[in-house]
Formats: sequence, C-alpha cells, structure tokens
Amino acid sequence: MSKKMPPEYYQMLEEIQAIDFVIVELNLYLDTHPDDTAAIKQFNEATKRSMELKAEFEKKFGPLMHFGYSFSNYPFNWKDTPWPWQV
Amino acid sequence: MWYYEKKLQYPVRVSTCNPRLAKFLIEQYGGADGELAAALRYLNQRYTIPDKVVGLLNDIGTEEFAHLEMIATMVYKLTKDASPEQLRDAGLGDHYADHDRALFYHNAAGVPFTATYIQAKGDPITDLYEDIAAEEKARATYQWIIDMSDDPDLNDALKFLREREIVHSQRFREAVEILKEDRGKKKYF
Repeated sequence: MSKKMPPEYYQMLEEIQAIDFVIVELNLYLDTHPDDTAAIKQFNEATKRSMELKAEFEKKFGPLMHFGYSFSNYPFNWKDTPWPWQV
Repeated sequence: MWYYEKKLQYPVRVSTCNPRLAKFLIEQYGGADGELAAALRYLNQRYTIPDKVVGLLNDIGTEEFAHLEMIATMVYKLTKDASPEQLRDAGLGDHYADHDRALFYHNAAGVPFTATYIQAKGDPITDLYEDIAAEEKARATYQWIIDMSDDPDLNDALKFLREREIVHSQRFREAVEILKEDRGKKKYF
C-alpha cells in the first residue's frame, strides 16, 4: 500500500535524511579519527539540527521512533502508515 | 539494543514496475556479498575484535541494516504491481510458486541465504581483510546491476549504496592501520 502524503511530508523527510546522512558519515569517520576536534564540532551541530528537524516533523506527521524516543498522540499513532517502503 | 526509525537512509524511487530488475537486486538482499551478509558479519565479529575498532564494526553493521531495508524497498516497489504472468516472464516464476510477491533471503539465482557466506576467524586483521573484500565485492555487484538497469530513479539510490561500500572499505582499511600501529607498540616482558 502506498499512501499519498502532503508535499511538506516529503520535503521535511528529505531534509532529515540529508542531515542524518551527515551524522552517519561523521560518526564513521570519528570511529577511526577520534581526535579530530573540528569533526566532533560538526557532528554535535548536525545532531542538534537533526533533533530540531525531527521534533518539528513529528508534531505534524507523528512519531519517527518507537520504544520511548518519540512522543505519541491519542490514539497511539506509531503504527500509522506510511512505513518507509510505502513512501 | 536497537531502535527503529521510520525512514529510509536515502529515498528510494522506481520509474516503473520492473520485476526483472528486482530479480537481479535480490542478489544484494540474500546473496553472498549482500547487505544481510554484511550486517550479520560485522555485528558478529565485533564481540572479539580489539576495543579500538569495535565502534566501527558496530556502526557499519548497523548501517548495513538500513541498506538491507533500501534493497527490500526497491524489490517491493519493482514487483508490487506485477501480474503473475509478468513475474513468470521476468524469471520469477520459481519465486512466485513458493513465495507469491513476498521477499525471501536468496540470491539472484534463487539459492537461499546461508551463514557459510560469512566468517569470523577471531584473528582481527584476517577478519578486517574479509570485511574490506566484502565491501569491494558488494561495490562490484552494485556496479554490475547499475550497468544492466535502465531505471534512472532506481540507479540514483543504487549509486548511493555503491558509494557507501567505498566509504566502508576505506574505514576498514583505516581500522587495519590502527591495529597494526597498536601491535607495534606492544610491550613484551
């Protein structure tokens, strides 16, 4: 099943994917370069930005994470579609 | 523990229903050099690898599961609207007879996934060399699939995955150097 979402959903999701990619890439780099201060600074800045974008996204479109990393509305909306492969 | 995030690592779009491409892509799902093998290999090796490189194996292993989900999404989107006749004509008749349109962990030729695809030797350099080889083999597989694919939307996500294999390979090479350097410092009494 694929579910049509408002354009803002796709745009905000892509912004989150972009910043989270920066985080993954810096994380792997720092795993082998743990003393790079500039990279750590970038990592922390990107993490902060990601958290802000996700809080904004979740207010509009529901939880991105389960098990206590996102808040829920009523009724419990974690299990709402679309799942990633339906987007 | 792991947490699930309701998003793909990178957007996956496909231009048209194309079960033949899905048949090839299954190689990266349940094949010897696929994403499942990669994730299971690194996450299993991390228990006995030196502390200095555990983080890297942990994190790359975790990222591989995000890649597995991207491959699954590609296969799902390429086959969901295909008729049984289209699936049969694309060479997926054997798959359809057993699984309908459900995904299954096998390679492009239909051979089921096996743990014999992966190794954990316990020798850190040996294990990391296997990991470097695994990334390079996966990179080559992505290239062969891109070469056969005429779907520009699909190729965009496939190129992302191909580039990730290169980055992982480079990081594993750095891990080898870190361990070699450490070995040089070892004191004998």
